[in-house]
Amino acid sequence: MSKATLVSTFVNGDAVQFACPTEESLMTALRDRVGLTGVKEGCGTGDCGACSVTLDGQLVCSCLVLGVEADGREVETVEGMAQQGQLHPLQEQFIEHAALQCGICTPGFLVAAKALLERNPNPDETEIRYALAGNLCRCTGYDKIVRAVQAAAKQMRSRR
Amino acid sequence: MRYEKPTSAKKAADLLAQEKGAAFLLAGGTDLLVKLKMGMVEPDLVIDIKHIANANEIQITPKGFRVGAAVPGARLAEHTALKKAWPGVVEAANLIGSDQIQGRCTLAGNLCNASPAADSVPAMIAAGAKAVIVGAKKRRTLAVEKIALGPGQTCLEKDELIESITLPKPAPRTGDAYLRFIPRTEMDIAVVGVAVCVTLARGRIKSARVALGAVAPTAMLVPAAARAIVGTRLEDDALEKLARACSAACSPIDDKRGTIEYRTRLAGVLAKRVAKIAFARAGG
Repeated sequence: MSKATLVSTFVNGDAVQFACPTEESLMTALRDRVGLTGVKEGCGTGDCGACSVTLDGQLVCSCLVLGVEADGREVETVEGMAQQGQLHPLQEQFIEHAALQCGICTPGFLVAAKALLERNPNPDETEIRYALAGNLCRCTGYDKIVRAVQAAAKQMRSRR
Repeated sequence: MRYEKPTSAKKAADLLAQEKGAAFLLAGGTDLLVKLKMGMVEPDLVIDIKHIANANEIQITPKGFRVGAAVPGARLAEHTALKKAWPGVVEAANLIGSDQIQGRCTLAGNLCNASPAADSVPAMIAAGAKAVIVGAKKRRTLAVEKIALGPGQTCLEKDELIESITLPKPAPRTGDAYLRFIPRTEMDIAVVGVAVCVTLARGRIKSARVALGAVAPTAMLVPAAARAIVGTRLEDDALEKLARACSAACSPIDDKRGTIEYRTRLAGVLAKRVAKIAFARAGG
């Protein structure tokens, strides 16, 4: 294990510093050093999307990013989605549509769906399914997730 | 493992040259971090190339486009001029992985990982893309089809890295396209990939480049397939000749994604479809 490197970053808008070995993934650093356990480890190899976060606004798998790469950059996780105690419309609609069962994949789906809706406020079902193809769910069969994203998109459009 | 983030390609090349242990370049990391996790590599030094000047830029030059080695797939998709000039290259790059992977994966990384099934590589070859290589002592430029030597192997020297990929300005009435066959619709590795680029004159194909992926140890240019369609309007017999030339060029492996026989036949079938798309894009 290498000696720890100090990383100064912004996580969900807050300045955060952590020290991590250079080979440690951002996923592990966020979970074990910053305490953001909403970042889930599914596969650890970029196939399942459970560890999805945004890095300078770009959706990534945090298991495929080194912790040291986050230095000077902005990270957003599922913990940053609710604002002033108010759930994000995606979170509300995932609950409303029962779009989760075991819940391990949910933070990744929420972060990826948020990135989608920021780029495309009115995606059709095909666009949603392609955009979320990097997030795997073994419980829901995806249908409820797609419906929840559509409902959240509608809710967000009506609030503008 | 030491981590360095040099600010110039020359400094990165110097770090590579001086390193006594195992040094690896990090762009998007979508291959390197998987290999790290799996214990397939044990780097003494990782050189992050994202802090090199212009590494994250797509530039329009008098000769065409320069895509920095760290530009991720998602950024290619957002570049209107690049997409208009080389839709096949951009589509091929965007087929790699999920949206999450697109946030990180790069053309240069796809090329240097040297998988025979790399989606962007046949498309870059068909488009006539070149790799700008920087070493500790010299720079050189090589056609993309010359980079990979075999699965996971490139011709780059110990002290060399790809600084950027260049794409020419397309000649008038040029179109390119890439299709791959996968068992799913997303998130899979090509069983066969085919890229075609054609330039038309008076309604006929004046010049063509055809490249195949996943059917040989490296992605490759197939001149015989291009010859089969030059001078034609992609009439049925020209398409049949194209298909035969593509199948004849195949030397694939048998694996869980497809047999040798299946891949060989599929290369011809896909080539016909891809040629039609490229022809239509060229205005034919």
